[in-house]
Amino acid sequence: MAYSNKVRGIYQDTLNSIEEAGLFKTERIIFSSQAASIEVEFPVGAPKKKVINMCANNYLGLSSHPDVIAAAHKGLDTHGYGMSSVRFICGTQDIHKELEKKVTEFLGTEDTILFPSCMDANAGVFEAILTDEDVMISDRLVHASIIDGIRLAPAMRDTFKHQNMEHLEQKLKMHADKRLKVVITDGVFSMDGDTAKLDEMVVLCEKYDAMLFLDDSHASGFIGKTGRGTHEKCGVMGKIDIITTTFGKALGGASGGCVSGRKEIVEMCRQKARPYLFSNTIAPVVVSGVLNVLDTLSKSTERRDKLEKNSNYWRKGLLDAGFVLQPGDTPIIPVMLFNAKLAQNFSRDLYEEGIYAIGFFFPVVPNGAARIRTQISAAHEIHHLDKALKAFIKIGKKHNILGKTKKEIVDMYGL
Amino acid sequence: MNNIKDVILQYVIDEYLEDPDEEISFDTPLISGGIVDSFSMVSLKRFLETTYKIQLPDERATPEAFDDVNSIAELVEEFIASN
Repeated sequence: MAYSNKVRGIYQDTLNSIEEAGLFKTERIIFSSQAASIEVEFPVGAPKKKVINMCANNYLGLSSHPDVIAAAHKGLDTHGYGMSSVRFICGTQDIHKELEKKVTEFLGTEDTILFPSCMDANAGVFEAILTDEDVMISDRLVHASIIDGIRLAPAMRDTFKHQNMEHLEQKLKMHADKRLKVVITDGVFSMDGDTAKLDEMVVLCEKYDAMLFLDDSHASGFIGKTGRGTHEKCGVMGKIDIITTTFGKALGGASGGCVSGRKEIVEMCRQKARPYLFSNTIAPVVVSGVLNVLDTLSKSTERRDKLEKNSNYWRKGLLDAGFVLQPGDTPIIPVMLFNAKLAQNFSRDLYEEGIYAIGFFFPVVPNGAARIRTQISAAHEIHHLDKALKAFIKIGKKHNILGKTKKEIVDMYGL
Repeated sequence: MNNIKDVILQYVIDEYLEDPDEEISFDTPLISGGIVDSFSMVSLKRFLETTYKIQLPDERATPEAFDDVNSIAELVEEFIASN
């Protein structure tokens, strides 16, 4: 046993400094299933409280849908609980292949490979398909899991300014001599809720002979007319070479992810992607749930239509009340407060009013861009949104920010 | 040398600054100051190599050597001279 007091002291000092910097994260314990209204204990030991959830990735409200639960139960009965093996030994069932086929159809791609999570998909894909002769050019605000994946790959790394197509073109010209070029973007950026300009990116990638990579985790199931994702919204279905997405958000919210796209790329992942090769894939119970979700979404757009209606209602309510919002048209609607302390206090006050929404501040978002990120769900009814709006207005008045511009809020609270 | 510094400074402003009002000088810390991250350093290195027709080995293109325009210019000068 070498876990000496010295070792313990090093970790305690590090943890203390995280706490002193105001960056210490604590979990809030939920005692109900995921839904529009949840039962929470916060802080630890406080009485449990029923609150409206305004910060889940449960966009389509399918996390606790009875049909999904029934399908998962059935899958548990027919295919068991665990696989106790990675895919290429004895961990591939008929339903895993069925899900890969269904995802391919849903996203309009050539082939799909499942991963334990989208984090794993992003961690594995670049290393599997690129060498040191290649280059990855990513938007500066892509998700952390993509950044980790890029770090693991031997190819050269470069970035372009967020959503700046002119800058991207400069970079494509600069790296024209590379063997393979991959342009990397999120579909919907999770912190701001803005949507990638995939139509313009496809044109640039075709012009400069680059592949286009899209992480559509905050879009699959509800963005686009039939919910196929950002590529549907931008009119470029079939033109994205690599799509990664998750089943842990709109598509049932449990876990799992995939790489979907050109068949050679999927096959390269099957041969070389380490998170696929060296860990179990998605459990049968979850696979069964996701299959049910995709069937439902392929038949009807009812849920994504309701989500769109709810999101528009919520955005308009906040704007009419005089909040500063990030522009966009997705269910991610950040209420800008700019100051980190204000964001923390605002979140705490909302909780007192029975509204659960979290403050985001540096380093998750840039310094001076603190916010409450609200996320709308098809599980929300108008009465939930009205109650939440009433609370936002009450707390907005308390902090004297309604109708104020960014400059006025910053003058009052600082950055 | 001044000219090299000016060229590098202008590249850093165009490439990395999001806020047009932000001002930087030859000795502003770029990497330790959070203006240039390790990912984006690659494009700066490539820019220097193509502009000045030099090859900067990875062991010399360190975050320390790239931390301000003065030290980047010194490195570039050294490699131009040895060309």
